[in-house]
Amino acid sequence: MKVFLMHPDRDFDFERELPANHEALIQDLELDTLLATMAAGDRFMFDVSRRALLVGLPDPEAIAYRQQVMTDCLEQAAVVRDLYTLAGEALTAQKSVWWGLRNDSPRRTLSSAVQKMELFSGFLRRLHAMAEEHAPKFSSPGFTRFFAMLREELDDAYLEVVDCQLKALKFPGGTLMSAQLAGGNKGKAYTLRRPREQGFLGRIFDRSGYSFTIPDRDVGGFNALGTLEDRGTNLVANALAQSVDHVDGFFVMLRTELAFYVACLNVSERLAEQGKPTTFPIPVARGERALSARGLYDVCLALTTGQRVVGNDVDADGKSLVMITGANQGGKSTFLRSVGLAQLMTQSGMFVGAQSLRVNVCEGVFTHYKREEDETMESGKLDEELARMSPIASHVTADCILLCNESFASTNEREGSQIARQVVRALLDEGVEVVFVTHMFDLADGFHRQKLDTALFLRAGRGDDGERSYKLSPGAPLPTSYGEDSYRKVFGASVETAQAN
Amino acid sequence: MITDRLGTATSFQSILFDQDELDTEACTEPDFFGDLNLDQILTSLSAGREEYELAPFFYRPLRDVEAVHYRHHVLGDLQKEPVLGAVRAFADGMCRMRSNIALVEKLHYARQKQRWFLEAVATYCRAVAALREQLGQLELRSRGLIGLRDYVAAYDDSDEFAALAAETQAVVDALAAVSYTVHIRGNRVRVGRYDGEPDMSEEIEQAFAKFKQGAVKDYRVRIPEWADMNHVEVQILDLVARLHPETFSQLEQFCTRHQRYLDDTIGRFDREVQFYLAYLEYIAPVEAGGLTFSQPRVSARSKDVRATEAFDLALATKLVQDGSSVVCNDFQLTDPERILVVSGPNNGGKTTFARMFGQLHYLASLGLPVPGEDVRLFLSDRIFTHFEREEEIETLRGKFEDELVRIHEILERATSDSVLIMNESFGSTTLRDALLVGTAVVRQIGNLEALCVFVTFVDELASLSESTVSMMSTVVPADPAVRTYKVVRKPADGLAYAAAIADKYQLTYEALRKRIAR
Repeated sequence: MKVFLMHPDRDFDFERELPANHEALIQDLELDTLLATMAAGDRFMFDVSRRALLVGLPDPEAIAYRQQVMTDCLEQAAVVRDLYTLAGEALTAQKSVWWGLRNDSPRRTLSSAVQKMELFSGFLRRLHAMAEEHAPKFSSPGFTRFFAMLREELDDAYLEVVDCQLKALKFPGGTLMSAQLAGGNKGKAYTLRRPREQGFLGRIFDRSGYSFTIPDRDVGGFNALGTLEDRGTNLVANALAQSVDHVDGFFVMLRTELAFYVACLNVSERLAEQGKPTTFPIPVARGERALSARGLYDVCLALTTGQRVVGNDVDADGKSLVMITGANQGGKSTFLRSVGLAQLMTQSGMFVGAQSLRVNVCEGVFTHYKREEDETMESGKLDEELARMSPIASHVTADCILLCNESFASTNEREGSQIARQVVRALLDEGVEVVFVTHMFDLADGFHRQKLDTALFLRAGRGDDGERSYKLSPGAPLPTSYGEDSYRKVFGASVETAQAN
Repeated sequence: MITDRLGTATSFQSILFDQDELDTEACTEPDFFGDLNLDQILTSLSAGREEYELAPFFYRPLRDVEAVHYRHHVLGDLQKEPVLGAVRAFADGMCRMRSNIALVEKLHYARQKQRWFLEAVATYCRAVAALREQLGQLELRSRGLIGLRDYVAAYDDSDEFAALAAETQAVVDALAAVSYTVHIRGNRVRVGRYDGEPDMSEEIEQAFAKFKQGAVKDYRVRIPEWADMNHVEVQILDLVARLHPETFSQLEQFCTRHQRYLDDTIGRFDREVQFYLAYLEYIAPVEAGGLTFSQPRVSARSKDVRATEAFDLALATKLVQDGSSVVCNDFQLTDPERILVVSGPNNGGKTTFARMFGQLHYLASLGLPVPGEDVRLFLSDRIFTHFEREEEIETLRGKFEDELVRIHEILERATSDSVLIMNESFGSTTLRDALLVGTAVVRQIGNLEALCVFVTFVDELASLSESTVSMMSTVVPADPAVRTYKVVRKPADGLAYAAAIADKYQLTYEALRKRIAR
């Protein structure tokens, strides 16, 4: 029995290693904000969501599978939440039965396993009942298969067999075991056997064996009997305890996979409250360059500010390099983050924050952001930047996407752009997509003058009044940034005034 | 004796001794074992082999060249991997057999004893059959192992052994076929025949197979196993025996009939061959460390002895263990030379050299490969050693006298066929006394024509006669504090070391002249 709600053919891999750059990704894309909303205080949901976001799906088909399951979830939110709760309860109930302090007695292991399995059996009945009731309301391949499996595998006949087995394991007629003779004529290969049905008379007239009785006060004798029973029950205790683990594993997987969808429901509900649009993106196969969006916004910003969040339209299909220049505080960083978030959310099977999005699947998302920390150590900063670029270079491959935010700006522009130029050129030649936010005119202009078909230049715009629009629009890099504006806004005076004074 | 039962088919008796040396009189450790560190070698090579009591074999040197060759040839075969493998496998089998017998002796309950006895015999039969089969496929050269092969073949073919093996197998099979059930209900235990009742763990696995999610923990408990039985197990086994009366009476009769199942010659081979295995195993790591062993040419007459790249085996064992390098030395005595007089700086390897000379001769007389190449040695009648004693003797005179007493004893007992190792004799006396007494002793040894290593600080002893050869321990010329541990044949020169050390500190005559003169 497999849950298979995250993948059509395999379990969600909770053990898989996160990508090497995951810490930078979390920090740079402010993923914790999104994750906090997803988890809604549930640590387990947080971990599952984090993993689902960071370990993306490799192709549009896999994404479509989750999007369909997700669609069912959005429509049957209450049922899905109930299923998640049931899985959690089953696990909690099981844990309330103690395995025993030390694993030294198969008889004790067996008795705990029987109790645990009896509890599970109740939850399996409930699960089956839910499947019977709600299956027709679900239409995704994932849920259809899942419910069909529950109805088929957990039918009454099967659950009857389980209860029977559990009853037999309480040994109402004593324990029967077979054995053979080993070295020194000691018993070996003790195997627990199901006694043959035998009527009262049959038992009385059975002459095929011999008996003896342990005297009441023979403590050593009873201990010896106990050890013998331990030998006999060792294998069956193992088999049942492992079965408990397997059923437990089933509930763990059910809870894990549902945790992701419930987490997505949490986000969807929060964004809906704020009237923010969400949509299922159209994933495009790896290799093709697709990035076209209407109203693409930064979900994290939307979740924190609650203010009006500006969405951007982008048409970057066929582009390998998107270079963003323009005014400070003009929404460049926000845009960059919205691209990164949309990429991760798309590849986890989630909806995205946009009116529409069509985007290609990528091999991995990398970020290289200017870091605000240790600004005092000017000499060490370029060092530090290069030190962070180096592991990226060793992990990045073709069809990855690298998001750069003011990279190599910690040194002078000539030096910085020279380094950046070489890095970017090398990455492009290796088939990596690059989205680069920079105020280095030398760098941006250099690429612009090459007139590459595969490069798109966006500019953070401003209205005629100098007010930021926070909107990006296509535009060639300009030799000045808008620092003057900021200056004026902060100082209430122009740069010229300051110079004149 | 099985030899009688086998008639004249084979005359093999021992893998260590040629026919005429069959008496195994009680041997004690020779006096010189400690001085030559042979005791260390014996201790470590017999570690883990205590049951074989190998020491007496190591206490019995051979005087007969043919007897030495007998062992050389056996070793020649044993140093081939397949032969060694066959012998080792046999030894392992015999070892298991003995641990079975140990259980027979340790346990109290008859049916347990009987079963372990059966197991011992079964193990023995398998070991013998395997040895025969493997020896049959091997190309053997030595009289010893060819003799063994013929013997084992004849033994294996004998009616008696065939009957033993067949009966053993029959009882083993009958017991293996016994399968029973134990039904525990409260304080009542019922023992019955197993009648195909279904396996409950299989049923459980099947019932829950659909939930399989990947690897899970192993919940099986390791329940300790004891060799003996508690009274409940005994009662159960008695009832099992009642259910299978024929099988168990077969077992009982088997034990009574075959108490003396072990063939004397096979048993003797098992013990004696360990003499070789132990030594080969002992030297293996030393060889792996890059050092060479060889079978020496031995003579009971010629006292022309020689060796190149020889070394002290006990010391080399330690050095190789520690990963340190071992310094090898050469020596040669050509008639009329008999005495190696070793002098030179202290801690330069003189004692080690003397020990090595003694070890080589002793190991050669055991018929074993010796440390070194191109070795030619003399089979002595006895080895005598005189090493300085640690005991406190109240006065110097007392110590000197004590030494003299012991040396006198040695010279009384030594013959021209003896080997003498005299280490730093008279080291605690004055040069004049040492020269006087030393000269006298060396002349006596010279007259005896015995082979001798004489370690001394008295240069003059090195050139007393044509029977003495001078050897010196040496230092690195540039840094006299560093010993090379090389002992080389060259005239004694007690001043050489002093000159070297003076040079190092610019205190030689010339150096001082220059430093002092303006």
